[in-house]
Amino acid sequence: MAIQFTLNGEARSVDVDPQMPLLWVLRDTLNLTGTKFGCGMALCGACTVHIDGEATRSCITPVSEVAGKTVTTIEGLSADVGHPVQKAWIELDVPQCGYCQSGQIMSAAALLARKPRPGDAEIDDAMSGNICRCGTYQRIREAIHRAAQMHAAPAQQDASPEKKTKKPGETATMAPVEPASVGAGAGGAE
Amino acid sequence: MISATVKVDRREFLMGAAVGATGLVIGFYLPNRIEARGAAEAAAAPFAPNAWIRIGTDDTVTLVIDKSEMGQGVVTSLSMLIADELECDWQKIRTVFAPAAKEYANPVFGIQGTGGSTSVRGMWTPLRKAGAQAREMLIAAAAEKWSVDKALCRAENSQVIHTQTKERLSYGSLAEAARKLPAPSDVKLKDPKQFRIVGKEMKRLDSADKTCGRTEFGIDVRQPGMLHAVVARCPVIGGKVASFNADKAKAVRGVKQAVQISSGVAVVADNTWSAMQGRNALEIKWEEGPNASLTSAAIRRMLEEGASKPGGAVARKEGDVTAGFRSAAKKIEAVYETPFLAHATMEPMNCAAHVRADGCDVWAPTQFQGVNQMTAAKIAGLKPEQVNIHTTYLGGGFGRRAEQDFVIEAVEISRAAGVPVQVTWSREDDMQHDFYRPASYSRFEAGLDAEGWPVAWSNRIACPSIMSRFFPGSVKNGLDESSVEGAADLPYAIPNIFVDYQLTETGIPVGFWRSVGHSQNAFFSECFLDELAAASGKDPYEFRRRLLQKAPRHLGVLELAATKAGWGEALPAGRYRGIAVLSSFGSYVAEVAEVSVDKKSGEVRVHRVVGAVDCGRTVNPLTIEAQMQSGIVFGLTAALKGAITINKGRVEQANFDDYQMLRMAEMPKIEVHIVASDQPSSGIGEPGTPPIAPAVCNAIFAATKKRIRRLPIRPEELV
Repeated sequence: MAIQFTLNGEARSVDVDPQMPLLWVLRDTLNLTGTKFGCGMALCGACTVHIDGEATRSCITPVSEVAGKTVTTIEGLSADVGHPVQKAWIELDVPQCGYCQSGQIMSAAALLARKPRPGDAEIDDAMSGNICRCGTYQRIREAIHRAAQMHAAPAQQDASPEKKTKKPGETATMAPVEPASVGAGAGGAE
Repeated sequence: MISATVKVDRREFLMGAAVGATGLVIGFYLPNRIEARGAAEAAAAPFAPNAWIRIGTDDTVTLVIDKSEMGQGVVTSLSMLIADELECDWQKIRTVFAPAAKEYANPVFGIQGTGGSTSVRGMWTPLRKAGAQAREMLIAAAAEKWSVDKALCRAENSQVIHTQTKERLSYGSLAEAARKLPAPSDVKLKDPKQFRIVGKEMKRLDSADKTCGRTEFGIDVRQPGMLHAVVARCPVIGGKVASFNADKAKAVRGVKQAVQISSGVAVVADNTWSAMQGRNALEIKWEEGPNASLTSAAIRRMLEEGASKPGGAVARKEGDVTAGFRSAAKKIEAVYETPFLAHATMEPMNCAAHVRADGCDVWAPTQFQGVNQMTAAKIAGLKPEQVNIHTTYLGGGFGRRAEQDFVIEAVEISRAAGVPVQVTWSREDDMQHDFYRPASYSRFEAGLDAEGWPVAWSNRIACPSIMSRFFPGSVKNGLDESSVEGAADLPYAIPNIFVDYQLTETGIPVGFWRSVGHSQNAFFSECFLDELAAASGKDPYEFRRRLLQKAPRHLGVLELAATKAGWGEALPAGRYRGIAVLSSFGSYVAEVAEVSVDKKSGEVRVHRVVGAVDCGRTVNPLTIEAQMQSGIVFGLTAALKGAITINKGRVEQANFDDYQMLRMAEMPKIEVHIVASDQPSSGIGEPGTPPIAPAVCNAIFAATKKRIRRLPIRPEELV
């Protein structure tokens, strides 16, 4: 039985064991390898995707559960690395090995969709399911604040059609916003 | 510093057999080897003056990175070394990873590989020479076109400029002509004052790909017709397959075959999950081997006995400790212990291989291409040069990916299956079949004089040896220097010092783990030294300062960290500071940790870490800061949580629920201060790790008057 769902804006149909976790369908059946395998038990967050806008661990989600739903992976988060979270990650030089960052970014994007200006405690709470073995947590925290600023600043000034009030679950539609200035204050060493 | 004119040996630059051949041959030798990874770039790159640089007619500068990128930033920092001398447009740089080839041997090891925080140290001169050589050839090509003296031309931002007419020629337009010119026999390297990239805050070149899922890690390799495999390995370390029945495994949807290999039974399927389901269905009888009843308690006894036996390999002997103890007014003794640790790279071990009759391709997230090539060739029955090693990005390395096991498995399975196969390890496989950071046992005695200054220091260490397996030739008279690094090189002015080592094998395989021996020995030495300060009633920072008067670089980072941390100044209620300093991989790091300990639960919270680092001349301050943060988190995770324990020869931990990692909510604020230096650049990937465990444990002592002598820190011992 084929399972149908929307993946990064496109209708997809896969004929696989319905128990196969979404992670492996993405990676091995559909060759979308941006979503990572880290633990297989929802302990590390490397496999985080959005299912109907919610950050979800794809490694324990049977593909049958996404039938009829909308799945967004890191590849579909934005066109051309345009999501504020991605821009902030680049601006603050967040990634090291980079392996966990797809999951970190998907968790952060879901957080900001739900909570446009999170405090440190909210960031800790939302991001503590994502392990980074390189220890990029400090720059991740700074980058989430930066992304929140980027997202907020143009929304106050810009009357473009993308401007709208976010509702929970609208992560994937978060407006691609130009940063005010890229390159300033890159979390540099003193 | 004055500019250095460096004699260039053509052999260093030209591709092996191409020495003495024409420019044309030189130009195409390397691109052909790399074609498998980037055919388009290769075709557009007529100018390949040496192993690391290719310039296309479209102005693209492709730099060949011959070290493995595992997060430590070598794609960026090595590119900076080349680009500064090459005077190329930073925005137009692309990078590819080098194939396995002798031109790319690590100058520190003599074989191609990445480790020991050697990348910038080893490549500082060769890459700058490479960049300068290419620049001079491009300038010569322009001078020829303009029929002027080279002295009237200079290079800037991927262009050669005629200094009188202000005419410009792009590197791309000069590539064809430059290729035909002889490589200069000597090139002038920049005075560091002229650096425009080295020393600057350069953003990583690999960030954009890493934020949109485009980076290819080993686990992401996809080849036409590739199958996926997992391996059932004996749960007892060192055990073997006695017999197996794969009937039920083969009945699983998607499973193609099951095959015995040297490490166990491989299940091959059309996707990873099916292979895992097939593995669950295997029926295997194991021959458990000599470790079948091994326990952590037994290992601890072996190490304890080792550190008690006389006749260890002498790692350091200065003065006469016996006489020192006789003269001492006070004697202090302590025993310290550390556990085995897993690497737990975020990307579990994996490798893809395609073995054919006439060749073999290996796609690997590897730190050790030179050995991979020989290993794969041997298994495939081929010559090393018939094996192409394709290095991918590494989802963490930390020393784990210097091993060969994942490559051996992929090559063995592909050889049996006759198609490209990717073997993927589950997290449990990865954690339970690692080459662990050695468990270690350290017995200290020290004597203090009447004023409380140390006059004798004896340190007897027992732990398994990494080098006796990895580089057996380096272990002389029973001394594995990696087991005593951070202990034998104690920098303090103590007149009588004795350090010895009992190589104690336990049956558990051990390997390089970020900062290697320093990771445990810094904890031992820096905590025991703190005990001496406390016993003499002296401030631990001032105690170290006085004893480091003849160790200026240690002293420099110690004072910088203490000053920036506000050592001696008041702290919020319940917070306490600890300090530690260590030199490793040519660099010097001091860290001050601010800690609180919950009185009821004993839970330790690290609020702030101030790190000072002297790693010689700065190449990229952003990388230094990132690697200090990273090294501190790595060491802190181990200090607070890390222990691999053994029962019945099996590793008891399996995943991130029982082998826990530091998470966002536990992250301290880390501040990094870099000592300005014109000393040669030294390591930065590892030196941040060792001082954090002792800094935190010394802060815990300040808070509780309890000494942590056994890692990880156990809250129940602090209430």
